[in-house]
Amino acid sequence: MGRLKTIARRSFLIGTVALAGGVVFGTYAYRRDPDNPLLDDLAEGQAAITPHVLIDTEGVTLITPRADKGQGTVSLQAMLLAEELDVDPYAIRTDFGPPSAAYWNGVVLAEGLPFADAGDGTLARGSRKAGEVLGKILGMQITGGSSSAADAFDRLRQAGAVARETLKAAAAARTGLAQADLKTESGAVVLPDGTRVAYPDLIPDLAGVEPVQVDSLRDPSQWRFLGHPHRRLDIVAKSTGTQAYGIDLTVEGMVFAAVHRLPDPPDETARHDTAPALAMRGVVAAGVIGANAYAIADNTWRAMQAAQAIRTEGMAAMAPRPGAMPDQSEIWDRIAASLDGTRRDSRNRDLGDIDAALSQGEVLTAEYRVPFLAHAALEPLNATVRITADRADIWAGTQVPIVARDKVARLTGLPKASVHVHNQMMGGSFGRRLEDDFILVAVEIARRVTGRAVKVTWTREADFAADFPRPAAMARGRGRVEGGQVVAYDLDIAAQSTMESQVGRMGMPVFGPDKAIVAGAADQPFAIPAYRVTGHRVPAMVPVSSWRSVGASANGVFHDCWLDELIHAAGADPVAERLRLCDDPLSRKVIEAVAEMADWQGAQPGPDGAGLMRGRGVAFCRSFGVPTAAIVDLSDTGAGLRIDRAFVAAEVGRVLDPVNFENQVAGGVVFGLGHAMNCELTYAGGVPEQANFDSYEGMRLRQCPQITVRGLENGDRVRGIGEPPVPVAMAALANAVFAATGRRIRELPLSRHVDFV
Amino acid sequence: MRFTVNGTPREVDVEPDMPLLWLLRDVLGLTGTKYGCGIAACGACTVHLNGAPVRACQTLAGDLEGAEVVTIEGLGTPAAPHPLQLAWIDHQVAQCGYCQSGQIMQAAGLLAQNPAPSDAEIIEAMDGNLCRCGTYPRILAAVRDAAGRMGG
Ligand code: FES
Ligand code: FES
Repeated sequence: MGRLKTIARRSFLIGTVALAGGVVFGTYAYRRDPDNPLLDDLAEGQAAITPHVLIDTEGVTLITPRADKGQGTVSLQAMLLAEELDVDPYAIRTDFGPPSAAYWNGVVLAEGLPFADAGDGTLARGSRKAGEVLGKILGMQITGGSSSAADAFDRLRQAGAVARETLKAAAAARTGLAQADLKTESGAVVLPDGTRVAYPDLIPDLAGVEPVQVDSLRDPSQWRFLGHPHRRLDIVAKSTGTQAYGIDLTVEGMVFAAVHRLPDPPDETARHDTAPALAMRGVVAAGVIGANAYAIADNTWRAMQAAQAIRTEGMAAMAPRPGAMPDQSEIWDRIAASLDGTRRDSRNRDLGDIDAALSQGEVLTAEYRVPFLAHAALEPLNATVRITADRADIWAGTQVPIVARDKVARLTGLPKASVHVHNQMMGGSFGRRLEDDFILVAVEIARRVTGRAVKVTWTREADFAADFPRPAAMARGRGRVEGGQVVAYDLDIAAQSTMESQVGRMGMPVFGPDKAIVAGAADQPFAIPAYRVTGHRVPAMVPVSSWRSVGASANGVFHDCWLDELIHAAGADPVAERLRLCDDPLSRKVIEAVAEMADWQGAQPGPDGAGLMRGRGVAFCRSFGVPTAAIVDLSDTGAGLRIDRAFVAAEVGRVLDPVNFENQVAGGVVFGLGHAMNCELTYAGGVPEQANFDSYEGMRLRQCPQITVRGLENGDRVRGIGEPPVPVAMAALANAVFAATGRRIRELPLSRHVDFV
Repeated sequence: MRFTVNGTPREVDVEPDMPLLWLLRDVLGLTGTKYGCGIAACGACTVHLNGAPVRACQTLAGDLEGAEVVTIEGLGTPAAPHPLQLAWIDHQVAQCGYCQSGQIMQAAGLLAQNPAPSDAEIIEAMDGNLCRCGTYPRILAAVRDAAGRMGG
């Protein structure tokens, strides 16, 4: 065992050295590398050769540090591993693995730092490196920020290569042949005489072999899986109802609980009458935790009925309590007030002399606002928990298993090593499962029936009420045009800080400005002669969190729609003027590509064959380092606007999985268009007024346009594509509404002002 | 009450107002049918009742006497998928996949009634099935394709 430990730790170090070559935090942090978690659970006959690959008598298991919330990450990781390891990707088994500090995620934290992620300055580079190191020290294991593809790209191929070469070394040691004479193929080492030694057969020999460091990975021209269409590993299960999600789990002896949300978090004077709930059939316990009324019963429906029967009385609900959440109109007032200059958070873009530029000629102004938005993954929040005297088991789909484990340890008083988080396939997340609130509530409920597993399911209404939404935000633009060109652009954005709210809940301090307040606006590749973007931090009101594309989901709209207004005011062509102003070659190619795909001939192509007025909107936003452009075509049917087509081009360095790429970009477009058209959360009495999909529709099939996507591969870094299509779809739609109707709608959702069919 | 699920006779003793959704999931252990909204606003719970697609969250146990219920598990299996499921696999429709049982059951109900639907008919039939991941373009393509394969 001691020997194995050395090997595994060494091979993990090999993986980390390449990524963590910086010196920002010094070597001490690296020496403190977390132990390899796989070694704890190794049974006889198993050997771990890198932290990501387990080879046992059954074959190869990919221990994937990434939970899958629907974006095909697990499949992609298997392909990355298979490409170097020479195994059939469909024969690889996958396991989400125990939460462990060994699965740190450098990329997401690096991009959370308050520097533009596509910036190239020494400071930005140094900080990104610091983020990678910091991520490791904090032991964060996060799936989010479109970082999965970028983070896994090198490490998993590296893991596969190290595993392959080490297996060859083991075979060489056994046979006495030279390692250079050995090949690998379909899960076996092939000797010069054609004899095949299956990888699992080499387990006994692996213990005597040092891991072999591999300097170069295979050239993309040799790839057999990556970059080629392949069938997702989970596609059969997900097409036959046999994919089990967290909500489908059965644990022996399990009981069922449901959480229903009380209208307002009760204060200390509140009394909860659980008697009616306890009298209901099958109910074994009922109670209230914070604002969550719950019941435990012998099936979910009985638990739901009982939870909803809990009555709360005696609450001093009449007078607004200090610190109570304000209602929506008050929220808008506070956001607007934050634009007064006293709450400035950042000014990461300040080119030329904006004050001088706006002191002459006609100054154009506009004010934009975007609403709170719910994550509302289709699988409602749920977690299954079993607490015993000496151990806690948590079965849940989570993007932050380590944070959850640590908090459960604190809550229960159990040592961290006794808290076991079993990550589950998620029916969507969009950022919601970066929060661990629901796991903690489930743990408290499970403590009522110690020793028994409890599956806790939120009602859809409770899921909405418990959400940490995308913050509502406002922006004010000022600008000037001259000689058919945009010459001055000034944008002030006010929003609550997602980072302050979210990282604060993780129990970590946050310093400095929040990049999310201006992400998608202050980091755009335009060279406008006088160009300024300022972020203002709205005081905390509603607990908020990351929502697909985070800050760019608001700022991509503010920035591009305001630019579009100025371009139209200048009388310039929306594509040509964006291209003229854009100073980043990769971004220019994206705009050119989308214009070509859509055969752009201007924003107003005139009526179509049936005489319907048409309008086209183009938009650009670089978020998560991915320059992305969209064109949306609308027609005015008389009975409402109809979105006919959407085109998206995005620069991702390399398209690793073409099918999933197309699906995710199209999904991002649907997500962006649907929310921009139809969705908002408005708060009253501490909860949103929208409680289910009847009042928060997103997009339906009838509103879905034809979507055409293209991935560009001119950049040198592999980037994730889950989030960047969202902001451009929203902005392009708003711009298309202007082109089709002449009305500039500056508030989302657009359905507040125009009808869609 | 007595009824059949995927051809198997079942007898349960539950409250008459218990929705079929929870009866299937928690009492009979058939978890392919999903809970999304509970108010007929998402379609994730769609099953066939006497051959027609219904929302299981709105179908009450008390109305099931003698009924024939078919769930996604009864439509086809990984080893023997229904043509619609094959189309769903070939078009790689699913992202998170959570809505897809309901989508497929809704589409199966449509094709059983109308083997060669127009796009407008597909959209009309499928519009109540929400997909938060936005797989609609592939859903449309898969239904068209399945209709073709089934000889519609
Ligand atoms: S759960 Fe039945 S329609 Fe949504
Ligand atoms: S695939 Fe996720 S909700 Fe449809």
